[in-house]
Amino acid sequence: MTEPVPEALSELTRDLLEVRDRRNREAFGRLFDHFAPRLKAMMLRGGLRDGTAEDVVQDVMLAVWHKAWQFDPHRADAAGWVYAIARNRRIDMARRRPLAQPEEMPELESLEPDAAQILALRQEAGHLAEALSRLAPDQAEALRAAYFDDLPHSRISEMTGLPLGTIKSRIRLGLDRLRHELRKIAP
Amino acid sequence: MTEINHHIPDDVLDTYRAGTLPHAFAVVVAAHLSLCDECRARIEAADMIGGVLLNGAEGVALRAGARDRMMAALDAPPPPPLPRGSGVFPAPVMAELGGQPPKWRMLGGGIRQQILSADREGSLRLLYIPPGRAVPEHGHRGMELTLVLQGSFSDSEGAFHRGDVEAAHDAIDHQPIAGAGAPCICLAATDAPLRFHALVPRLLQPIFRI
Ligand SMILES: [Zn+2]
Repeated sequence: MTEPVPEALSELTRDLLEVRDRRNREAFGRLFDHFAPRLKAMMLRGGLRDGTAEDVVQDVMLAVWHKAWQFDPHRADAAGWVYAIARNRRIDMARRRPLAQPEEMPELESLEPDAAQILALRQEAGHLAEALSRLAPDQAEALRAAYFDDLPHSRISEMTGLPLGTIKSRIRLGLDRLRHELRKIAP
Repeated sequence: MTEINHHIPDDVLDTYRAGTLPHAFAVVVAAHLSLCDECRARIEAADMIGGVLLNGAEGVALRAGARDRMMAALDAPPPPPLPRGSGVFPAPVMAELGGQPPKWRMLGGGIRQQILSADREGSLRLLYIPPGRAVPEHGHRGMELTLVLQGSFSDSEGAFHRGDVEAAHDAIDHQPIAGAGAPCICLAATDAPLRFHALVPRLLQPIFRI
């Protein structure tokens, strides 16, 4: 695995790459300190009891440790990637059988880290956080409800109206561009 | 990755992401995601919003000792890897097949199928259609999601190649015809038994389970 591009990475993403590439426990500890209390908040909002919520947080963070080899900073930032694991974990608790999962991505060993693309992804997350911070409180709350409380996704736009559409198209455009860049280096 | 022109509709993808899509359809979505970078990125985009919200959330303190328990758990052996794809079948389809090649049942006219799962919420099967053959014309009650894994078919909605998904709702009466070249193999989920107009009389449908 080649060296990542430090200046383009958030601290969280850098720690996740440390876990991926060097099984670095200190870095994992920092990820735990950051994400575990937030994941617990997410699980409590989703209606879990305190004890169960903590068990799920442990499951999710353990999956972060074991699945780190799948993390690709060209496609996701650390927070989005951890969120996806938490989302899937919660889904499987509610289903009779686990939700079918796509094929795991092959490791991109030959791929040189592309600083520009990683940076663009980080900026996109920054723009997104900014856009979210500008939402009216009730809209922000509706969005949090949709992402944290297991509401059907189709209700998000109903609840938030235009801003979510704007956010979605913005993030879609951003990722379209990133994907296009990825194709150029990994056809 | 091949060029894919027909993707998972927004509402289906959202329902998959929310985890409420019935199993048969979820397998088709997961199989498409295994082949389609674009739809995978659509999910990653939504998860990026989730990640921003997660980062911005106010944490709730964990119980004493949670961190030590976590660090001690890291030494446990990792879970076994998920089954991998094989040939034209992506990993989620191989999982349904139990890691074995399909065991086809002849349906007549060279058409074969294997039912992978069937319950009240929907049924999932693999279909094998020789080149140039028509799948008997059928209408739908409810919804059908069909993913091409090999070869191609075309119908009134267009041409569908490997990776393409056709979502047919109520009322669409279509007659897919397999393209020339390799036999068409597709993965199809339905939430209601198909109504065939020909080939198999409706009375026989429960026997053939199509
Ligand atoms: Zn797609």
